[in-house]
Amino acid sequence: MTPISESWRIADRELGSRLILGTGGFTSHDLLTRALRASGTELCTVALRRLDPAARGSILDVLDAAGVQVLPNTAGCFTARDAIVTAQLAREAFATDWIKLEVIGDDRTLLPDAVELIAAAEALVEDGFVVLPYTTDDPVLARRLEDVGCAAVMPLGSPIGSGMGIRNPYNISIIIERAGVPVILDAGVGTASDAALAMELGCDGVLCASAISRAHDPAAMARAIRLAVESGRLARGAGRIPRRRYAEASTPEDGLPVFGVPGVAE
Amino acid sequence: MIVTINGERRELPSSATVASVVELLDVAPAARGVAVALNGEVVTRSRWSQTELPDGARIEVVAAIQGG
Repeated sequence: MTPISESWRIADRELGSRLILGTGGFTSHDLLTRALRASGTELCTVALRRLDPAARGSILDVLDAAGVQVLPNTAGCFTARDAIVTAQLAREAFATDWIKLEVIGDDRTLLPDAVELIAAAEALVEDGFVVLPYTTDDPVLARRLEDVGCAAVMPLGSPIGSGMGIRNPYNISIIIERAGVPVILDAGVGTASDAALAMELGCDGVLCASAISRAHDPAAMARAIRLAVESGRLARGAGRIPRRRYAEASTPEDGLPVFGVPGVAE
Repeated sequence: MIVTINGERRELPSSATVASVVELLDVAPAARGVAVALNGEVVTRSRWSQTELPDGARIEVVAAIQGG
């Protein structure tokens, strides 16, 4: 049996929890703290924006108090150049060379720009970063990202914040079959079953933000998704039965009594 | 000289450094989660006080926020 507490690795870092939490969308630090605790996560994304002199209380203090590690992102970048400078700023601000690389190609769908993404990934790997790219569910692009040295690939299930789940589980499966680095489902999770499906397909982890932060009860959803990730992982290890079009009786037919017609002797 | 700090034009003495900009924004020198780019290049914290601003400099001072 796959032990539920089995650890895993991204690059040289060992993690226990397979749930990575996005911190965007929580309406207070208190709600975030409760969700962090309920999720059991060890790794959380943060972003960089122009300093707001009026801002009170750093997100970093909240994450420190919760004992989680920081994964900076390049959210909002539309070009390789912007993503590279943002990653370098993040390295300076957070003292980590890990970067969740996002290079967006369109502001309505927030889908990745494949061309800019590859260019940025290549440059950042060259610059010594541990690059975790947010990518489409295209298996070829995922392989290209691995080829340029990314430490994981993070395909979307569906657009960021859409809550549409995994629109193409077959593509996610193909990415997983071919990948030599961890595959983390990023974007699209709407509720616990989506996260379970990702793990059942064989993903190594799930990144989840809006599904938790924008839920009516973020801490409860954090716990639900945590359990779903664990359940999905267990189910994957347990090996599901094949799908078939017709029924297959689970009770044996042998020894079935024969009753005949009531009142009529044989 | 005139420089642009986070998109706003400001008048600063010609001897101004990255450190003076950070101070102007009321950021403690040891504040965590803060980084600076000068004309599109990152200036590491250890060089803030010795990096003088060229006239017309564009400075971006960024800080950690919730996201992703």
